[in-house]
Amino acid sequence: MNAFEQALEWLGQPDRWSWTAPSGIPYRTLEHLGFSALSLVIAAALAVPSALVLAHYRRGAFLASSAVNIGRAIPSFGLIILFWYLASRWEVNTSFWPLLLALVALALPPLFTNTYAGVVSLEPESVDAARGIGHTEVQIMLRIELPLALPVVLAGARVAFLQLVATVAIGAIVNNGGGLGRFIVDGFAEGARGYGEILAGGLAVIVLALACEGVFALLERFAVPRGLALSRQATMTTRPA
Amino acid sequence: MLAATNRPLFEWRWVERNADEIVRRLGEHLALTAAALAIGLVVSVALAVLSLRWRWFHAVALGTAGALYVIPSLGAFALLRPFFGLSFTTAVIPLATYTLLILLRNIVTGIQQVPAEVREAAIGMGFTRRRLLLRVEFPLALPVVIAGLRVAAVTTIGLVTVTAMLGMGGLGFFIRQGIQTTTPNPTAIIVGLGLSIVLAVLVDALLWLSERALAPWARKAGRA
Repeated sequence: MNAFEQALEWLGQPDRWSWTAPSGIPYRTLEHLGFSALSLVIAAALAVPSALVLAHYRRGAFLASSAVNIGRAIPSFGLIILFWYLASRWEVNTSFWPLLLALVALALPPLFTNTYAGVVSLEPESVDAARGIGHTEVQIMLRIELPLALPVVLAGARVAFLQLVATVAIGAIVNNGGGLGRFIVDGFAEGARGYGEILAGGLAVIVLALACEGVFALLERFAVPRGLALSRQATMTTRPA
Repeated sequence: MLAATNRPLFEWRWVERNADEIVRRLGEHLALTAAALAIGLVVSVALAVLSLRWRWFHAVALGTAGALYVIPSLGAFALLRPFFGLSFTTAVIPLATYTLLILLRNIVTGIQQVPAEVREAAIGMGFTRRRLLLRVEFPLALPVVIAGLRVAAVTTIGLVTVTAMLGMGGLGFFIRQGIQTTTPNPTAIIVGLGLSIVLAVLVDALLWLSERALAPWARKAGRA
């Protein structure tokens, strides 16, 4: 039996298409997306406000430019394992927090850098005009700078989310969950007998990532006003994972 | 899970005892990175030459590279594992693939940025199309190409560690080893993670220096 036949057989097993059993692909897909989304929300809540304030006062330019480089140099696999180890040392629930923390840390740089760059690159006239009609600094940040920088912020969110989808899969090595990565890691553990599971799991992760990319591309096309559409250049602030 | 017996966070003794293995894994890490970058560069140059000739080809090549770029590395390794086993090939194909988007984009941008006057002057001096590309356009595009190479190199060095999940992995081997023993070994994790970061920073610095040496005019013109 070759790997393809093994994968087909694996896909035909009972519970494989269940939304409620851990052996189901839909169940793992939801888990995968949920974990990625949770990490993105936490990271955005930390990175966007801080970048907005720093960019408004033109502070921390060095941090903004080096954040992405630092993020690139840190291997996500190592970060996940290090956090897992520290959590087990401090006897924290080791199946959830370390992975979440690593994911949030990895999503911070693209969000921070894009928000910063988006605000700094705005034309000063719009901010001056807002100030001229009596907006406070907070109003300028929330009503002028954030909305105008939104396309760039969203591009950062897209990059961060795709990175998260890839990294959740890696997280299966230390996590009881791990989304679709679970199948790959379990398959690896079984040697040649696991080829079907490895192949099907790998395909599932790839399809999920491509689907997310597609959804984001559509969102960007329809949700961003044409006047604010940004160049493709700005979207590539990070790396694959 | 295994919190009862804690080893110290960092043990020099472990590093000394495993010095040979560390050097070997470091070499493996470098070899995987170099192979991925070399393959990626050759393919990207070929794609860039075709992209400069046909606009539609550029769109197709960039779109494909962009789609490949978002593929999770673990998924890619998993897809190749049943066919190529635990081999260099399984590791290098995805690693090389990820460099394409950055390299292709930077090579094309770099060449397109060559000022029209320079190009016209070269043609006026009787340069053929091929000589124009090799002697004028490529050298002038070098700073942008090396900038892309730096991003690709740092990215690849980080990604090589993921191959440890398949039982390979250069420095990632130590990261994996750190949690595989009955008592987790933080030293192995820190060595694997730390050396991977150091390697990325060093290679980045080396490429930056080579850019300064190969394209000194870029500095004088005030370009980054």
